[in-house]
Amino acid sequence: MPSVQVNATRMELTKQKKRLATSSRGHKLLKDKRDELMKQFLDMVKENRALRKKVEEALMRAHGSFTVASALMGPEMMEQSLLYPKQSVELGMGFKNIMSVNVPMYDFHTKSADSGEVYPYGFATTSCELDDAVDALSGVFQDMLKLAQMEKACQLMAEEIEKTRRRVNALEYVVIPDCQAKIKSITMKLDENERNNTIRLMKVKDMMLAQQIEQRRQADAEAMAAYKEKHG
Amino acid sequence: MYKIAVLGDRESVMGFKALGLDVHSAESAAEARKILHHLARDGETAIIYLTEQYAAEMPDEIAKYKEQVMPAIILIPGKAGSLGIGMENIKDSVERAVGADIL
Repeated sequence: MPSVQVNATRMELTKQKKRLATSSRGHKLLKDKRDELMKQFLDMVKENRALRKKVEEALMRAHGSFTVASALMGPEMMEQSLLYPKQSVELGMGFKNIMSVNVPMYDFHTKSADSGEVYPYGFATTSCELDDAVDALSGVFQDMLKLAQMEKACQLMAEEIEKTRRRVNALEYVVIPDCQAKIKSITMKLDENERNNTIRLMKVKDMMLAQQIEQRRQADAEAMAAYKEKHG
Repeated sequence: MYKIAVLGDRESVMGFKALGLDVHSAESAAEARKILHHLARDGETAIIYLTEQYAAEMPDEIAKYKEQVMPAIILIPGKAGSLGIGMENIKDSVERAVGADIL
């Protein structure tokens, strides 16, 4: 129990009791939030890992095709072929709220819907390996976008979970025990005061009684003395 | 509308040009760092794909942008292959959230 220094008053007691109620409620809510976030986060992370693996493999394949194309065509020629893109991409960004974490949602539009438009060069002077490479890359791009969305969501959620976890722990192990200790010490002090008061009253009453008995006895003695003088 | 940028050495990122992405090539990690800052600050780039080879040289910069919604810096393997940093990052975020790597 931490040592506490509080004013032992009823007002302070009410204040601490209110604080304890708020903290307990907050603790319960935050704990629920943490559990739900964790559940969603773990699902997402599992998916994220699988997706990343897939994207990395596909990208490595595309890189391989590019290397072969570059060897066949020469790097200058290849760069020339890719220099001016036909296709362009626009990215829209929205937000989705997962347990009060705003995660981005991407959706993208290519300027032309035709997937054949992705080759920015004529086929006459280029190697078919380059076609393969560009095709592989455009195939993996959807997944890359999904990966971006998921990975960012994971990062943001990890941060939020960490924050929530710290808050839950702080409430559970610091604020609530502290509050309880304070309440306990105040109640004990107040009870002690109460008993003090009762004892004091009893003592005063005893003293007053003793005084009265003494007075009565003196009056009796005086009356006795007067009677003896008259008749004796 | 936002842009998607790809940053890495010339050979690794050349192909993305065909897809219509915003391609930036850097010859050295220092140059890549400069471009990354520039892209992150312009407010138009929502996603930056960065090759792991350069990412390995600037973990601080990447960590800085991790907590911001924009830009999302996503690591991709470069021409030389995957260094496993991307997977490592996922593991890190699990460790951060749960306190231990449970997967």
